[in-house]
Amino acid sequence: MDKLRLKFSKTGRAVYLSHLDLMRTMQRVFSRAGVPLKYSEGFNPHAKISIILPLSVGTASLCEYMDFALTEDRDLAALPEALNAYMPEGIEALEAYEPPCKGAELRWLLVEGVMKGGRDAAFYTEFFARDTIPVTRKAKRGMRTDDIAPAIQAVQFSDMEGGVAVKAILHAQDPTVSPELMMTALGEDAPAYWRFTRLEAFQEDLAPFR
Amino acid sequence: MEMNEHIDALLRQVQRPARYVGGEYGQVVKDKADVDVRFAFCFPDTYEIGMSNLGMKILYGVLNDMPGVWCERVFAPWGDMAEKLRQEHIPLWALESGDPLYDFDVIAFSIGYEMAYTTVLDMLDLGGVPIRAAERTGLEHMVMAGGGCMCNIEPMADFFDLCFLGEGEDVDREVLALYQKAKREGWDKPRFLREAAKIEGVYIPSLYDIRYNTDGTVAAITAKDGAPAKVRKRIVEDFDACYFPTKPVVPSTEIVHDRVSLEVFRGCIRGCRFCQAGHTNRPVRSRKAETLLRLGKETLENTGYQELNLSSLSTSDYRELSELCDGLLDYCRPRGISLSLPSLRADNFSMDIMHRVQQVRKSGLTFAPEAGTQRLRDVINKNVTEEDLLNSCRIAFQGGWNGVKLYFMLGLPTETDEDVLGIADLAKKVYWTWREAAPDRSRGVRITVSTSEFIPKPHTPFQWEAQISREEYLRRVKLLTDALAKAKSITYNWHDAEMSLVEAALARGDRRVGAVVEEVWKNGGRLESWSDYFTLDRWLEAFPACGLDIDFYATRGRPTEELQPWEHMDCAVSRRHLERERERAYEGVLTPDCRAGCAGCGASRLLKEGVCRG
Repeated sequence: MDKLRLKFSKTGRAVYLSHLDLMRTMQRVFSRAGVPLKYSEGFNPHAKISIILPLSVGTASLCEYMDFALTEDRDLAALPEALNAYMPEGIEALEAYEPPCKGAELRWLLVEGVMKGGRDAAFYTEFFARDTIPVTRKAKRGMRTDDIAPAIQAVQFSDMEGGVAVKAILHAQDPTVSPELMMTALGEDAPAYWRFTRLEAFQEDLAPFR
Repeated sequence: MEMNEHIDALLRQVQRPARYVGGEYGQVVKDKADVDVRFAFCFPDTYEIGMSNLGMKILYGVLNDMPGVWCERVFAPWGDMAEKLRQEHIPLWALESGDPLYDFDVIAFSIGYEMAYTTVLDMLDLGGVPIRAAERTGLEHMVMAGGGCMCNIEPMADFFDLCFLGEGEDVDREVLALYQKAKREGWDKPRFLREAAKIEGVYIPSLYDIRYNTDGTVAAITAKDGAPAKVRKRIVEDFDACYFPTKPVVPSTEIVHDRVSLEVFRGCIRGCRFCQAGHTNRPVRSRKAETLLRLGKETLENTGYQELNLSSLSTSDYRELSELCDGLLDYCRPRGISLSLPSLRADNFSMDIMHRVQQVRKSGLTFAPEAGTQRLRDVINKNVTEEDLLNSCRIAFQGGWNGVKLYFMLGLPTETDEDVLGIADLAKKVYWTWREAAPDRSRGVRITVSTSEFIPKPHTPFQWEAQISREEYLRRVKLLTDALAKAKSITYNWHDAEMSLVEAALARGDRRVGAVVEEVWKNGGRLESWSDYFTLDRWLEAFPACGLDIDFYATRGRPTEELQPWEHMDCAVSRRHLERERERAYEGVLTPDCRAGCAGCGASRLLKEGVCRG
């Protein structure tokens, strides 16, 4: 079974695992569960797995996707449960299936988060309602300024106890706007503390990504 | 463990936060309602080092198998994290529950290296636990320690309530069962310690009075309140049936030795005269090959690891090594699992095994001749000849290896400049062997020579020896550097002697050295086995500040009549044997290995039948 996709969540303590940690962990989870991943040929064989849009350390997600290949046929409906018995805390396999599209089709992500130690909802609402939102950051050659306004949709801020709750749909690939980049855009008005969770993934036309 | 925002915010500001949060596959979480003893297993180094430690995996399993006991893990935070914890007044926590160290009944350290001493104090302090045993008056916060350093733990005697001498599998359980009883019946701390002292393998430092002579040497060690005059170490006699952790915690983040480590045997039949582990872990006891095969497969299946390593002090000496390797290869090869065999001796048999095991990947080859001339190798009882070594290298080069590492010590007893230059000669002979043997010389060869400074250790035949001074070590390094200067294929690395000096002073230190450890810690010393954090000056200042002289401990030769600070620790090898071995060293006489002929070291008295079968 060469082209398979696993949807999984990464929450709780698992948010601190880096992308490489996650790759290593997934490989071992499959091995413990006796589900044989396909390996590359060659001198240093490695499991054929790839994670679409790796998360930053510290961000949680209910919609992570990993493409993988198996050396033998398996009942895909039973796979998540079989894997979950061997997962570390905070990672949960949700669904395994033959993907209808390429990983590159994942274009938008619905995220929610909390922001503390900064301004109020009204301020952030106004800030992100502007027609252009320039962000300057380090690029391969020197500094680069992008306008991230077109890459942010349906952004909502609401005051909550001790801070501000936020929900937004962010463009995930070409260009990529992460929640961290939104915070960078705020400059001196960025909150002291924030944490985000990815909730749902969409294609370019906002149809659900699978 | 609950991650509140305060801690989450902190974790976002440090390097590699995954090492501070637990939650790995295989961790043990118990319901606090069913637990009467909370046990914090502390490793005085980073997560990456501690999680690689087999002893920790073993005891984690053994203790969590006890009803009512919940053993959790605590590691030393890296500098950035330690700083944040102090700034934010957040106590060091255990990974499983996230509870602060001060919530635990028993706080136990595994110590295998003297340079970890300051880290022990730092972890206690970060965890909100008073560092000195005398400041902890209740039954809670019982601070214990075990591991290789217990054969002379005197420099830490004022900080620990209870120490375990030898292997922990049985004695830990006995002590915890006693602690459960003490807690249930409401004993006070002195009563618990007095009772615990009756368990073989338990050392209660506060039950011993030490008197000193005016010259600073130890005059007398006196046991009180019924404590034994000599504490005898514990071993697991039936090692084949000994607990093995087949379902260890599998780290999610990368650690140093990220693999299954299969413990083939304990002890060592070789009597290398400088080697502490080889003397303090006797008698040799091994597991059957079939047992190891079963344990290895089970652990690989349970963990999902892709690498298995055979661990012991000298793997070549395992009687069933050939059968074991064949059995493991049959299992590992089709599954793409790699097998590694460290600590092989430079002999034909080992090379044959090596060839079979490493058919796919050819990792580097390492030999430890330890000394450059046959004379000096005979003095240290390293039973390896130049012929053995060159033969092994020849086989390796013929088989396509093109790199070899050679380890040596400088400053061994009786070493002369001729011995130092012998290292260069030997390395050059290895080079010529490559020239003769290599099927394809176009790829070149890398021969790496490494030296470190000899450190005399307690419970070895060299425990009375002087360590050479740093200046003298550096002179010998220079001598060797010059001798190897023109050899392009030979790289020479030498370890600095700064840490060796401190290690030597701590290894043979007495109780008074505890003040120095505390002083160094107060001046910022922690994680000192890391060159990032070690500074010699702190130690050089602390010794005189405490009225002590570092050279008294490190570079002073002791007469064999002198009472040593660790003489109440009985590690089974007798003092008489050590003295005899010392004499033979000076005569340059070899002592055969345990199988070739029993040297009567005394370790067999720990076995019921009184006969070693290693």
